[in-house]
Amino acid sequence: MTEHRLGEIAHARSGDKGSGANVGIIAYTPEGYAVLKTYLTSARVEAFFRPMGVGVVTRYEWESIGAFNFTLPDILAGGGSRSLRIDAQGKALGQILLEMPIPIDEATLTQCRRPDPLRSPS
Amino acid sequence: MMRIGNAQGFWGDDVDAPARLVGQQPDLDYLTLDYLAEVTMSILALQRSRDPEAGYARDFMHVVKAIAPYWREGHPVRIVANAGGLNPRACAQACVESLREAGCADKKIALVTGDDVLETIKTLARQGDALNNLDTGKPIATVVDSLVTANTYFGAAPLVEALDAGADIVLTGRVADPCMTLAPCMHHFKWAHDDYDRIAGGLIAGHVLECGTQATGGISTHWLELPDVANMGFPFVEMDADGSFVVTKPAGTGGAVNARTVKEQLLYEMHDPGNYVSPDACVNLLKTTVEEVERDRVRVAGFKGRPPPADYKVSATYRDGYRASGQLTLFGRDAVEKAWKSGEIIHDRLNRAGYSYKHTNIECLGAGACAPGMFVEPDLFETVLRISVADHNKEAVERFAKEIAPLACGGAQGTTGYAGGRPRPTPVFGFWPCLLPAKHVQPIIEMIDV
Repeated sequence: MTEHRLGEIAHARSGDKGSGANVGIIAYTPEGYAVLKTYLTSARVEAFFRPMGVGVVTRYEWESIGAFNFTLPDILAGGGSRSLRIDAQGKALGQILLEMPIPIDEATLTQCRRPDPLRSPS
Repeated sequence: MMRIGNAQGFWGDDVDAPARLVGQQPDLDYLTLDYLAEVTMSILALQRSRDPEAGYARDFMHVVKAIAPYWREGHPVRIVANAGGLNPRACAQACVESLREAGCADKKIALVTGDDVLETIKTLARQGDALNNLDTGKPIATVVDSLVTANTYFGAAPLVEALDAGADIVLTGRVADPCMTLAPCMHHFKWAHDDYDRIAGGLIAGHVLECGTQATGGISTHWLELPDVANMGFPFVEMDADGSFVVTKPAGTGGAVNARTVKEQLLYEMHDPGNYVSPDACVNLLKTTVEEVERDRVRVAGFKGRPPPADYKVSATYRDGYRASGQLTLFGRDAVEKAWKSGEIIHDRLNRAGYSYKHTNIECLGAGACAPGMFVEPDLFETVLRISVADHNKEAVERFAKEIAPLACGGAQGTTGYAGGRPRPTPVFGFWPCLLPAKHVQPIIEMIDV
């Protein structure tokens, strides 16, 4: 079991809503979805984002598209025109969560990585 | 099957995109243009306070003039746009003039108003209605004297009526973004207002389209891998009568429409995918499928709709003081340490001069400012100090703005990049989402012959 970044097995999209935000995490493969279902709990995501002042995180399972949606209340320190942060609209939150380390063994990792090679045009 | 595109994802998007999309996709039936984000209304209110004829998205006139040549050649594309903002009537008048000048006097505009409920909200608040903030639970009485705007989110109904009456351009103020796509579907396929599963499909098509190029690879995780991003296509959907649809973009354009870009956009600003709430239906997306059928063609299907909430959602904004942000660049050894110290010096001087602020922030751009506290701060050779304050006292914020430049002489060696000049205080607007019973709201549709 070694640690890898979440971004090796999933991609993401974040957006704002008032002073909160959401991050969607989309597994590249069904095996990756199963790994994330167990590991990427609302409690772990909440603990991960605690330095940024997040409130109570909720996780929504969305298996038909292989995704999880996390709502992150209060993470934008005001949001909209009020937040003094450079990323007042949470545009970077997807990139941040993809840096989360997750423990995963090499055999499972092979099944979870994106099947197509990097940097090929879609 | 019918085709609906989006070529403005927000006010400030590529103004040449709408005419380009019509030119690239001559069989496009409808074009939606979305100008209004949450805080846009308060910016429009500021503009209207300086000029009573302002308060709408002036960019729209450029769009109308650019599409006019296609209309003159008989292109049937119809437009649904919330360009009216806070002043739909002035927008419609400008639109009439633009169309006459462009030789399109045969066009019909439908003006949809009634979304501006500021006076209603103020009256109800003074009568003791709580109008609680949906996020915080606080009563609106705490901000009623500072309210700047209050608009209901209309659903598709008034837009469908406008299209049924033959409008070529449906011009609105605030309307729920996805309903601008749903309305042409309901008009074209004659879906009943309680045909919730199909309506759900129209709404989700609108959700995918409403941010323009975010559906065609914009802000996607794999953006760096996408082809010809400089020529990114704007999206359109091919909508079927059953409410399922294909997301695609014109041939020969850059970016990509694949399962990943579409899934990402489905998740954008999503709350509970089992209960996506809109004025026309609540949608359950938990059985929704996303399937690549060809290159740059993705079929999205499987929606369950339920009746919508009884009340209108209102988005109100209120003035909440002022803010300012300034920047300095620090280069050389210990750049980050120097930047932090420079920021602290500015606050220290302001404190000594007797100023205090409700909120302050110091950031070192390049050192993880987008993720404060999340990662180990790197030892950089160059960083940008960004320092910000907010307070109700405008004079204090103005004083802050004057305190940054002195570091150009008195700060660390390698302090540079004061090119932005003295920062200007800008108003802060708070956002107040609340519910309003339908009996207080009446959409008004006026047909205007150009």
